[in-house]
Amino acid sequence: MALSDKDRIFTNLYGVQHWGLEAARKRGNWDGTKDIILKGRDWIIEEVKNSGLRGRGGAGFPTGMKWSFMPKQASERPHYLVVNSDESEPGTCKDRDILRHDPHTLIEGCLIAGVGMGAHAGYIYVRGEYYNEHLILQAAIDEAYAAGLIGKNACGTGFDFDLYVHRGAGAYICGEETALIESLEGKKGMPRLKPPFPAAVGLYGCPSTVNNVETIAVVPTILRRGAAWFAGFGRPRNSGTKIFCIQGHVNKPCNVEEEMSMPLKELIERHAGGVRGGWDNLLAVIPGGSSTPMLPKSICDDVLMDFDALRDHKTGLGTAGVIVMDKSTDLIKAIARLSKFYKHESCGQCTPCREGMGWVGRMMDRMVEGRAEVAEIDVLEQVTRQIEGHTICALADGGVWPVQGLIRHFRPMMEERIAAYKARSAGAAPVALAAE
Amino acid sequence: MTEHHEPTSFAFDAESNAAIEQIVARYPAGKQASAVIPLLYIVQKQMKRMTDSGWVPRVGMDAVAARLGMAPIRVYEVATFYFMFNTKPIGRFHLQVCGTTPCWLRGSDAVLKACKDAGGLKGYGDTSADGNFTLSEVECLGGCVNAPILAVDDDYYEDLDYDSTVKLIEALKRGERPAPGSVIGRQTSAPVGGPTTLLDVAGE
Repeated sequence: MALSDKDRIFTNLYGVQHWGLEAARKRGNWDGTKDIILKGRDWIIEEVKNSGLRGRGGAGFPTGMKWSFMPKQASERPHYLVVNSDESEPGTCKDRDILRHDPHTLIEGCLIAGVGMGAHAGYIYVRGEYYNEHLILQAAIDEAYAAGLIGKNACGTGFDFDLYVHRGAGAYICGEETALIESLEGKKGMPRLKPPFPAAVGLYGCPSTVNNVETIAVVPTILRRGAAWFAGFGRPRNSGTKIFCIQGHVNKPCNVEEEMSMPLKELIERHAGGVRGGWDNLLAVIPGGSSTPMLPKSICDDVLMDFDALRDHKTGLGTAGVIVMDKSTDLIKAIARLSKFYKHESCGQCTPCREGMGWVGRMMDRMVEGRAEVAEIDVLEQVTRQIEGHTICALADGGVWPVQGLIRHFRPMMEERIAAYKARSAGAAPVALAAE
Repeated sequence: MTEHHEPTSFAFDAESNAAIEQIVARYPAGKQASAVIPLLYIVQKQMKRMTDSGWVPRVGMDAVAARLGMAPIRVYEVATFYFMFNTKPIGRFHLQVCGTTPCWLRGSDAVLKACKDAGGLKGYGDTSADGNFTLSEVECLGGCVNAPILAVDDDYYEDLDYDSTVKLIEALKRGERPAPGSVIGRQTSAPVGGPTTLLDVAGE
């Protein structure tokens, strides 16, 4: 049931061919774009809805529905398409390949999405570190302008569409859609309270929709080949193809576009050369980028890689960054390092996140050593529940979920660590029941 | 924290001015504050041209504020919120080690050690005595299937280990600039030894 090459959307994923327009056209990009646009806004949205496409940036919200939230009537306030290319979720490097190897899939997608939401301008927000990638994207946009594919009377349809690249400057939080909008407006990347949602009040106070790069880039092929084609991959409600980033303790880390709902084990063994030392050497997998709680090997044995299957195991598909950890891994340290990441990236706006991420980080550092009481594992778990859901955006949720996953599946390992520390330091003063 | 010298004036040069004109045109009239991040990059680049150290002095932030009609404090906020603006001078090369879990699993500790050993650096935040290198830890660079990664200025060097990192740093010292990307000759993000997919693709 693996995807065959004829059904892959990102046919230049590895950059074997040139990224430029001429080569992109030979790969089938920009084919019949005018006809698609002339079918109109309602047809585009309906077709995207029918394809079952869900957002590829982590949350998995149905794309067609999101587009339909944009006001139908034009007003004096322009509509904006904003593309989230702030790819910073640890474990995620798929959009990078789209930007540098298949940029025309994205540019064509932006134009079609612009039609679908009545937006005549789009901004692609690229993370600052993707400097070389942003140069390629800009060059591809310049090509598209020169060929009349975007700009005034894009593709000869009478629809005007301008597309701009905007570089961020190193802030994970700007991947949150309202923080991204704030940043694009020239401010610190601090998330806004919702509602109002961007579709009502977004960029410059105007109706806006923020979509992930991969979400936008798959749209042209979906519309060319039909919603049913895309919906035919994966289980119901989990349609389509997806770029997976398989990394960590595998023999051959790689990005690969595969069918949704492929078993995790098959994904790793077919494309990434298997787990280092064999499948039985597997300890745990973080299935969808750093925010998604890890799964122990017993679940990895047969879990499917899609939104619903992973949700059933209290984790998520997220961005499909598959972080594999073999038995040599200090799992507590791996998660403690993620806690440090979230502390570093907290924007500081909400107290539970600003203070909580630091507290969790310090607590996790002690858990790495084992310098703690067993009861503190419960305190840590309870504090993560106090942080979760009590902030403006989901950064703090994503920051505590990995810790919850560790406790859920590997609590005995944490207790052993504590016991070993106690054995080493017998007779020493007891540890105080607080993080500090 | 070591003291550093803040210049007393900053003016955009011709190259910067030409770039600024293009950048500001991307945003709607009256929304030129959107250009604050791009203009701070312009300052950092110009400082690199002028002093061989890419950083943003206070007077540079003031110049951005004046050009965009913003209160200086709004520019200071942005310059200090975002991690990629260096608010004090740095070495000729900025060595940025990704230490987040995906790179750590693949050996970022060895990359860090190689940077210290070959670059003459004591640790994160340090600048080498010869002014060649500044060492920073950065959070996930988004190239995880090619971990571990060291970013040198704007370029990613991928699939590193201790020896290849030392080799890279020695090359930088000699004034060479090895081609960025995988140091083990992989085709970007494809598996080592060649892709398992995309073997039958239309095109070139």
